[in-house]
Amino acid sequence: MAQMNMKEAIRDALRVELKRDPNVLLFGEDVGHVGGVFRATEGLQKEFGEERVFDTPLAESAIGGLAVGLGIQGFRPVAEIQFVGFIFEALDQMAIQASRMRYRSGGRYNSPIVFRTPFGGGVKAAELHTDSLEGLLAQTPGIKVVVPSNPYDAKGLMIASIRDNDPVFFMEHLNLYHAFRAEVPENDYTVELGKANVVREGSDVTIITYGMMVHTSIKAADELEKTKGIKVEIIDLRTISPIDIDTVVASIQKTNRAIVVQEAQKSSGVAAEVIAQINEKAILHLEAPVLRVAGPDTVYPFAQIEDTWLPTPTRIIDAVNKVLEF
Amino acid sequence: MSKVPYEVYTEEVEALSVLSPDGEIINKDMLPKLTDDQLKEIMYRMVFTRTWDDRAVNLGRQGRLGFYAPVSGQEATMVGSEYALQKEDFIAPGYRDIPQIVWHGLPLYQAFLYSRGHQHGGQVPDGVNVLMPQIIIGAQILHAMGIAMGYKLKKQKQVAITYTGDGGSSEGDFYEGLNYAGVYKLPVIFFVQNNGYAITTPFSKQTAALSIAHKAVAAGIKGVKIDGMDVLAVIKAVQEAAERGRNGEGATLIEAVTYRFRPHSLSDDATKYRSKEEEGEWNAKDPIARFAKYLEKKGLWTEEDTARVKEEAKAKVNEEIKKAEKTEKMTIPGLIDSMFETTPKHLEEQKADFK
Ligand SMILES: Cc1ncc(C[n+]2csc(CCOP(=O)(O)OP(=O)(O)O)c2C)c(N)n1
Repeated sequence: MAQMNMKEAIRDALRVELKRDPNVLLFGEDVGHVGGVFRATEGLQKEFGEERVFDTPLAESAIGGLAVGLGIQGFRPVAEIQFVGFIFEALDQMAIQASRMRYRSGGRYNSPIVFRTPFGGGVKAAELHTDSLEGLLAQTPGIKVVVPSNPYDAKGLMIASIRDNDPVFFMEHLNLYHAFRAEVPENDYTVELGKANVVREGSDVTIITYGMMVHTSIKAADELEKTKGIKVEIIDLRTISPIDIDTVVASIQKTNRAIVVQEAQKSSGVAAEVIAQINEKAILHLEAPVLRVAGPDTVYPFAQIEDTWLPTPTRIIDAVNKVLEF
Repeated sequence: MSKVPYEVYTEEVEALSVLSPDGEIINKDMLPKLTDDQLKEIMYRMVFTRTWDDRAVNLGRQGRLGFYAPVSGQEATMVGSEYALQKEDFIAPGYRDIPQIVWHGLPLYQAFLYSRGHQHGGQVPDGVNVLMPQIIIGAQILHAMGIAMGYKLKKQKQVAITYTGDGGSSEGDFYEGLNYAGVYKLPVIFFVQNNGYAITTPFSKQTAALSIAHKAVAAGIKGVKIDGMDVLAVIKAVQEAAERGRNGEGATLIEAVTYRFRPHSLSDDATKYRSKEEEGEWNAKDPIARFAKYLEKKGLWTEEDTARVKEEAKAKVNEEIKKAEKTEKMTIPGLIDSMFETTPKHLEEQKADFK
């Protein structure tokens, strides 16, 4: 097996799929010749040619619309929106057009598109490059939203997303691109969409999270175990729409306590949805209210104070203590 | 039967220059009216801007600046276009257009704070008619269009100018802005700095049109293409466009052909997509060198002047970065309170998480 960081794993997934299926196309701003602003697609144009991997003019709505049209023609577009803050320019095409193609055409057409976008805070990027907008798309019927937290998952989820016949919004956390290397099989394999992963087993409390916050939660869990002997179970959702509530419920039946950690602003997001579903499916197993650790409901404060804005291990530990002491 | 004369719009247009590369006047009728002192001031500002850009790149490397897009090579478009305006005119910039807003009155330390992600960077002082730099490419074009409509409704003889790049001219917002400005005959100037690249994507991959100036035709506004390495051509074109705006004759699209000597931002590597030869060709068109030749011949500028301005600029930049660094840090409770005029209850509660 090879050692890859998350960026290399994503590139590897794209290469596998470009090779396997001539209908897979890769495009977006700057993705072709130099391989994207993070070099996630570096070398792919050279290997597969300008017809399959190409730079587009600077227009996100057109990138989204191009993907929709190509999907109708039977291609499998992987369209990059350079940074998450620019999805708004493409939102009509992603959230309105692509997501309802199957419905509107009575199943005649579909949108086998992957919209890739880097996002995520803690890297001191410019304004509107890091915001966590996943909740916005998660609320859109007809679209799946994937947020990998490690290289193995990233490759398997990307391959599964490309092979999926519905639109997938694939979000790549900036802080995870180069964070660490892990074993990644060189062959093709998939990680099922809509399936969560128990990344750490525990019996006292469940943390439900995804993306970068998996790692922040692990830090908090290590600390809780070391200082107080508290055994935390951590669930990495991997796909935040649809949410794998069964895995969450099974865990809560065991621990009876939970918190949800997300980078995004607190209100109306993924954490709220997870808690609503827990209420529907597992309320009698709860010994305490489920708490959220999240960014406050402000605009994302780029650079200056993002380290205090983003959920920290300390804030997670406080929340765990609260539900344990309830 | 006569044919539709569509050929008219497919002709290559020559970029207007006033100065030749060795500083000779080649287009006498186009010479803007400027006093010797004004000519010297323009040179001062260009040299200052180049020095500040050099320093900013270093400050970036030291981690003392945040996001910063270099400007060297574009001094003629940036300094010249702002100089052609009046203080009351409004500027809606893109992320690279910081020299324009600083020369229009935004204190330099605030530009540094903006770069470092401090919200005070965008708190433009009263009486300074600029917006903070825009990250969403094209959004500012629509803001300028709206600001111009405000001037028109208030019957004020002011104009709004907005900047974007060759890449930005592909955005839907660009076309929508041009179209509205045409329909409502708005006093707005769309200034496109065509520096040949959008991050790494070359102009040839941006549009099949022969020029961006052609795009004015479809919106029913005036379009001109100018030599963006020639500060006098820039001033002339913007003066004329502003004049037309003030006289109620509507909007102008200016395409200025220029070059950025450095990569797109501090985290890019231009060698991946540009050749040494190309960089050399453009270096030979350096707007500062060209204008200096003109001024030297007129006896208005010497090398010592350049050296003096550089020292002044360095000292000023040092002072201003220190001021930025001494500015009180933002806090999360402060941020929360800046969201609404009256902070709602749920946000008051959220402050408790950050004690
Ligand atoms: C809506 C939007 N899409 C993409 C980006 C990312 N991006 C930042 S600069 C840039 C290229 C801009 O090129 P151009 O308009 O030619 O301006 P230049 O930087 O060359 O002055 C891109 C794609 C962005 N900031 N906003």
